[in-house]
Amino acid sequence: MTDEWKPKILGIICNWCSYAGADGAGSARTQYPPDVRIVRVMCTGRIDTLFVLKAFADGADGVLVSGCHFGDCHYLAGNFKAAKRMFLVKSILNNMGIEHRRFRMTFVSASEGAKWATVITDVINTIKEIGPSPIAEERKRRGL
Amino acid sequence: MVYTGKNAAAAEAPEEPRIGVFICHCGTNIAGSIDVPAVRDYAATIPHVVVAQNYAYMCSTPGQNMIKDAIAEHHLTGVVVAACTPRLHEPTFRTATANGGLNPFRFEMANIRDQGSWVHMHDWDGGTAKAKDAIRIAVAKATKLEDLYPMSVPVEHRALVVGAGIGGIQASMDLAAAGIETYLIEKQPTIGGRMSQLDKTFPTLDCSQCILSPKMAEAGRTPGIKLYTLAEIENVEGYIGNFDVTIRRHARGVLTPNEAAAKGIIGGGCTGCGDCSNVCPVVKPNEWEFNMAPRKAIYICHAQVVPLIYTIDFDACVKCGLCITACGTKKAIDLEMQDELFTIKVGTVILATGYEAFPIEQKKEWGYKLYDNVITSLEFERLICASGPTIGHLVRPSDGETPQSVGFVLCAGSRDNTGIGKPYCSRFCCMYSLKHAHQVIEKIPGCRAYIFYMDIRSFGKAYEEFYYRVQNEGAKFIRGRVAQIQELPNKNLIVVAEDTLLGNQVQIEVDLVVLAAAIQPTAETEIVRRQFGVSCSGDKWLLEAHPKLNPCGTTTAGVYLAGVCQGPKDIPDTVAQAEGAASAASIPIHSGHVELEPYYAQCMQNLCAGCGMCTRLCPYSALSMTVVDGRTVMEVTAAKCKGCGTCGGFCPGGAIKMQHFTSPQILAQIDAFFLGGEQ
Repeated sequence: MTDEWKPKILGIICNWCSYAGADGAGSARTQYPPDVRIVRVMCTGRIDTLFVLKAFADGADGVLVSGCHFGDCHYLAGNFKAAKRMFLVKSILNNMGIEHRRFRMTFVSASEGAKWATVITDVINTIKEIGPSPIAEERKRRGL
Repeated sequence: MVYTGKNAAAAEAPEEPRIGVFICHCGTNIAGSIDVPAVRDYAATIPHVVVAQNYAYMCSTPGQNMIKDAIAEHHLTGVVVAACTPRLHEPTFRTATANGGLNPFRFEMANIRDQGSWVHMHDWDGGTAKAKDAIRIAVAKATKLEDLYPMSVPVEHRALVVGAGIGGIQASMDLAAAGIETYLIEKQPTIGGRMSQLDKTFPTLDCSQCILSPKMAEAGRTPGIKLYTLAEIENVEGYIGNFDVTIRRHARGVLTPNEAAAKGIIGGGCTGCGDCSNVCPVVKPNEWEFNMAPRKAIYICHAQVVPLIYTIDFDACVKCGLCITACGTKKAIDLEMQDELFTIKVGTVILATGYEAFPIEQKKEWGYKLYDNVITSLEFERLICASGPTIGHLVRPSDGETPQSVGFVLCAGSRDNTGIGKPYCSRFCCMYSLKHAHQVIEKIPGCRAYIFYMDIRSFGKAYEEFYYRVQNEGAKFIRGRVAQIQELPNKNLIVVAEDTLLGNQVQIEVDLVVLAAAIQPTAETEIVRRQFGVSCSGDKWLLEAHPKLNPCGTTTAGVYLAGVCQGPKDIPDTVAQAEGAASAASIPIHSGHVELEPYYAQCMQNLCAGCGMCTRLCPYSALSMTVVDGRTVMEVTAAKCKGCGTCGGFCPGGAIKMQHFTSPQILAQIDAFFLGGEQ
């Protein structure tokens, strides 16, 4: 069964660095596994902690937030502000009994297509190692 | 599951959404790796989707017409195109959406190529499943899109050019010629940049100063160019059309004639006579000559400086006052001068911050700074230049003798993946080293020139012909990287290399070694880049908006790139890009206004508790507190807001609405991914 299971992972990424980097991976035809779905925002600063928690409540196996490198933010410091918030997410997840490694924030610039592929592969491998989200399992059990 | 948290009221769409989905094959780019008909059939089953179609090239005119026709036929409220990336074709499809009679912001794109078929080329099922999800997520957003209207803002009829090398000079002259008042700022005391340090230019062997100095002089006297040397950018605020740039003019210690006149000193100010420098008792190495010539504490870098105004090096000056006496009634010298800060308002900006040499002493095997007779190419330029420290007589540093054999080491730090050098090609070293070989053969009868190279990249017009010419003149070409340079007791050098064509090791004794050092962005480039929010590539060169189709633009609207700061290039390419950047930078100024994307924040004041946390998060001071009906609430100055959404991501009350990236839209996308879909 574990061979069949495909993790559902959400990536919320910024327009200027990580989304551009992900496009760069495409232009270079850098191959990576397909288990992450992307929602684009202009800046990681836009990401409300509730977006991440809602994804986990919906049964996400993993969530990735990716933005610009520190000092490279298109909006000066949105990624700093996001990063501070994302520490909060980790602590909430721990308290909720969800393995905090299911959530990750990374920094991939517009020129780092190869790094994007590495990050995605690593995120997917981590989630596959941890296994399905307990919330997703429970939702399935209850037929939701 | 219905989301009942923040913004629940706003989540209610006023009309029943009717979405059209259009899936692009992009030839075989998408259709070769994804089952497009299956994706189309799936898309038709997504809630609110009333039409799903596929086509070979959605961006073509027939493809765009499909969107236009479907909007009319099916009374669509939103359009989803699943194709490449919004960073490429969002404007195209927004236009098509508008042509169909819908607000252009009723369009959403699903990226199934750059982040789909191209990265899952060998995973048919995985890529197809991902495309279905991507479309479902996009449809969810499309059901909640709203009509938005771009803001039109006026554009200041002025431009700023940062860096006054040949790129910056050319861009400023073009802008000024187009009737745009242009500020040209340069951190050095003179304009001219690297090109002014060169002797001859390849492949024509034009004298560098002879072709540059007329341009420098013209830039100095053109009324439309406001030139500030010894100046750096202190702070940048604003956006395209309305940049407020604070400039720091470092204290020069010397008044220009205009500044003197403003101070009421009749007929005063620096005339460049040099009387002050003659009496100055402080002698320092001249950095402009790579410390190979002396200068005084009050100095000009070289004879052709623009502006011709002396400069005091306050770190060296002992304030003896001899210069003041020598200057006499011109009263040009002010030993107490302070830095000056002032703010200018410009519509567009061109960055032309250039390059510097990689510190090649880090490659210890070549002995730069250890062995006297190992020099860099820029030092060679000064030594062979008639206006240089040796009046154009090439000598070796150890004993001042004329070298009878010179070794040129190419790719010194370039194309180097050892971790110490630079992985990229510095692009012009091959050509200038050929020129150097030609110069030593021409100037020193009987002098032997050895060129140690990996590949000769003679890529430009008439470059290959120049390569043949230097070959015929007798330069020796040895194809192989130099492993080591050893110094003999007589200060001659043994160059140890592999000759990969003969397949053996060579050891050649030469009198002088010239390292064609790699280049890297100037230290200031990194500072300026961050001030303007311009991205850089992994090797720190500034990142263009698109490598092929927008090589002068950046991702910051209104900021353009010229010259080597964007990547290594020679003088013709720098001038060409500078002219391109000037043209691009003049377009918003001449059209008089720009349309800003309406991605700004709005405060839903009925939900705002007035905590004011957002005002401190905003990097642009766009948010402020005000009192409405006795309640303290936040209000947004839309023109200042750049739409990052940092306030909206934080607001504990969900009172901030980030247009086009609203919380209900993003939550709908998340729900669509996890709760929708095929079970």
